[in-house]
Amino acid sequence: MSLRSANDPKYQKPLTRLIDVAAGPLGLKDHEAEGGYSALRKALKDLKPQDVQAKVKEANLRGRGGAGFPTGIKWSLIPMGPDAGTKYLVCNADEMEPGTFKDRLLMEQSPHQLVEAMALCAYAIQAQTGYIFLRGEYVVAAERLNQAIAEARAAGLLGQNVLGGAWSFELYVHTGAGRYICGEETALINSLEGRRANPRAKPPFPQIAGLWGRPTIVNNVETLCNVPHILLNGSAWFKELNQGKTSDAGTKLYGVSGRANKPGCWELPMGTTARELLEVHAGGMRDGKKLKAWLPGGASTDFLLPEHLDLPMDFDTIARAGSRMGTGLITVVAEDQSMVSAVRNLEEFFSRESCGWCTPCRDGLPWTVKILRAIETGQGQTGDIELLSKMTRWLGPGRTFCAHAPGAMEPLQSAIKYFRDEFEIGIVCDIDSSKLDVCTLPAGLPDITDHRDLATKAS
Amino acid sequence: MTDKVIKLADLNKTAFVLSDEERHEVEHALTHYPDGRAASIDALKAVQKHRGWVPDEAIPVLAEAIGISAADLEGVATFYSLIFRRPVGRHVIKVCDSISCHLTGYDELRGELVKQLGINYGQTTKDGRYTLLPICCLGACDRGATMMIDDDLHGPVEPKDVAGILGTYS
Repeated sequence: MSLRSANDPKYQKPLTRLIDVAAGPLGLKDHEAEGGYSALRKALKDLKPQDVQAKVKEANLRGRGGAGFPTGIKWSLIPMGPDAGTKYLVCNADEMEPGTFKDRLLMEQSPHQLVEAMALCAYAIQAQTGYIFLRGEYVVAAERLNQAIAEARAAGLLGQNVLGGAWSFELYVHTGAGRYICGEETALINSLEGRRANPRAKPPFPQIAGLWGRPTIVNNVETLCNVPHILLNGSAWFKELNQGKTSDAGTKLYGVSGRANKPGCWELPMGTTARELLEVHAGGMRDGKKLKAWLPGGASTDFLLPEHLDLPMDFDTIARAGSRMGTGLITVVAEDQSMVSAVRNLEEFFSRESCGWCTPCRDGLPWTVKILRAIETGQGQTGDIELLSKMTRWLGPGRTFCAHAPGAMEPLQSAIKYFRDEFEIGIVCDIDSSKLDVCTLPAGLPDITDHRDLATKAS
Repeated sequence: MTDKVIKLADLNKTAFVLSDEERHEVEHALTHYPDGRAASIDALKAVQKHRGWVPDEAIPVLAEAIGISAADLEGVATFYSLIFRRPVGRHVIKVCDSISCHLTGYDELRGELVKQLGINYGQTTKDGRYTLLPICCLGACDRGATMMIDDDLHGPVEPKDVAGILGTYS
């Protein structure tokens, strides 16, 4: 097969080339007519599982779920060979990071792409069973994925003896029932096993002992969807997709949300700048407002400023700027919006979504919210900002069981760093000592809600 | 305000019987996993789909159907936010309160819903028509402010749209 040029517009947007939201997703026949499942057919006919793994490693594909871990390296830890026994492939489709809306597009509009990717990746690691762990609210995606799976199974692309070969692969959609923590790799595994979604200690890593104690690979939707294209067009092609903008390979589903003129999600070369996302693709800020701050990739990333807009959006560059690229979908805050209010909203989310497994997170996050609510309503006490800064260390990396609380601290620490004056406005200078140790919630703000006990009887 | 008490399932209530359809759905879910425990959420959802919520009495029956203890299933049922343990209205409104919607009109949307329905989060209207709940990021941030009513996603929703949307759910 000849190497397709990255300059050929037809192959510049491999993940979304076949997506036409108005027309809806392609059925199996149309998808195959456009080259769908040819990567799977090619792999099963000509390649050993290890060859597929090698190609992914060579392509420098990095995880698109937020952490950017090299996919090839993740796979290389999975035991191979005739004695490896039962293995599982799990697709993390629990997209719940506030500000992130890319996997929904891929699953709703190109379900067969994910089904093929799952089969191909399962072949590469020789897994016999795969699960798509899909968040419960993605009803349309569940319906379309189940239909795609049924079509693929009827065509012999899934199930017993895939395409008449020796390898069999069953694929199921497992829908969740809420809880952001399910997106954490090991909490997801617990949830899939039918347990509370508490994270597990690592090591052992899932590649060694994951789902039901068996070797398991968990990959994000967008990560997996890249694999068939890498296999068909080669690693060199994949690396060229970034058009020389960065050292990270491939394209990326970038997006903009918040008060922009035309918020949306687009597949662009890896390393595209946030300025291009905001000004070219999203049509700039709404109502002529100036940009004040932006989250590069979801709620658990540090805020950046307008002066960071020209940085290429890739894992290492954004990390050097003091944040994380995360999911690559940026959230923009306008000049007239309060940073304290935005951070309070973010911390309320993290506080509510803590699984409760470890103390710093379970107790520290509500405490953070309480202080932020006080500051937001002009009732902050002297020392509150310093206390919040301490929190960012007490709940920081290494102090908690998983990355939930450290992630929650990222927007907080960066907001204090860049916008301390906004926090200071909310501090009451002359303390009335009779009010110390008392925190009454201002009217109109809800109490920290316990979802488990929410729905009340109609009175 | 009443004290919040998280009550564990009372296992001695009236007998609960799974309908044929519910049982079939639970049994179908069991075929997807090598271990029955993994069908916990599917089993709870099967009952919720048909009854709107999961009564306490359903827990031991479902636990037995998938082969785990009632206490274990109760632990799962109380952990996940989309499993309802009290009756809900005919339509459940889930309002996205995450950052992108917060920046694009969440407060106004919530205010309008509270005003029109006369209830706050966690409550159900007197006529049993709507239950109002917050939910985290619905993954439609380009369409903020968003909400879901039952299985339908709505966005962007401005306060002026609320009455019209509510009217379509009787």
